[in-house]
Amino acid sequence: MPSKPVMPSEVADLVTAAKAGDRRAFDDIVRATYAETYTLAYRLTGNEEDARDVVQEAYLRAYRSLKSFREEAQFTTWLYRITANCAATHMGRSNRHRHDDIDDRLDLIDDRPESDPEQRAYARVLGDHLTVELGHLPPRLRAVVVLRDVYDLSHEAIAKELGITEGAAKVRLHRARRQLRERLFPTRGEDEARAV
Amino acid sequence: MQCEAVAPQLAAIVDGDEMADRRVRRHVESCLRCQAELVQYRRLLRTLRLLRTEILEPAPGLLADILSQLEEAGERRAIRSILSGRNAAYAGGLAAATAAATAGAILFAHRSRDRRISLAG
Repeated sequence: MPSKPVMPSEVADLVTAAKAGDRRAFDDIVRATYAETYTLAYRLTGNEEDARDVVQEAYLRAYRSLKSFREEAQFTTWLYRITANCAATHMGRSNRHRHDDIDDRLDLIDDRPESDPEQRAYARVLGDHLTVELGHLPPRLRAVVVLRDVYDLSHEAIAKELGITEGAAKVRLHRARRQLRERLFPTRGEDEARAV
Repeated sequence: MQCEAVAPQLAAIVDGDEMADRRVRRHVESCLRCQAELVQYRRLLRTLRLLRTEILEPAPGLLADILSQLEEAGERRAIRSILSGRNAAYAGGLAAATAAATAGAILFAHRSRDRRISLAG
């Protein structure tokens, strides 16, 4: 069963207790956050089996390095960074003999969907479509767009956890956005190009 | 400025992360095609942000697996801490014994010297 949402302050209290050596408090942190961490891991890896491995590794690493967490950022942000790092390592291992399909190509209209039921339905369909298309992105592009545009991590943090430069992180982000836009809203020319 | 030159920059400027230069802005203001593309990027970003609120159902058994792995790690850590504590105790004991032996030897040497002096006197 997915965990119920926990307020950041509750997690902060648990973190303080866990840092003081309370093992049960760390277990409670896991219970409160594992579904969200799994969701991130799944979005980064694109499959259930890898996501499970990544989540387990992430919590183990978090447990071992909890004392180094300085509580300047939210615990979940720290955990996302660890998860991103674990996913990058894991995907690097499992893709060592596989080449990513990455080449080197590198206040207008208010269309907010909240008010209109038809728009809401469209947003849901778009969301489902987007989830599928995220899965089709090469892992290295997917990681950056998920961490930046879904989880709001800074370019600096993304670059650090993925072991790339900030410039490279931005280039990948823009490529990922372009590919997603082209797949979600293909124009006639892009349709034809994809069909070739 | 042509659409082809502006298009690659739209993905970078859509969230205000990077500033569009004046030429790009002027082109977009007057180009319906680029405006439409920018709207699509905005819609894409909004949909991506909505994914944050969507929590997937983890496979059964994942929580139990994580907790048992942490339990093992905790036990290993406890054992290491006991062993390192024991090692420290051994080292402490050895140091204390060495210090005591040294002090005893010094004391013995002093007493022997005092006795020799008193016998000579």
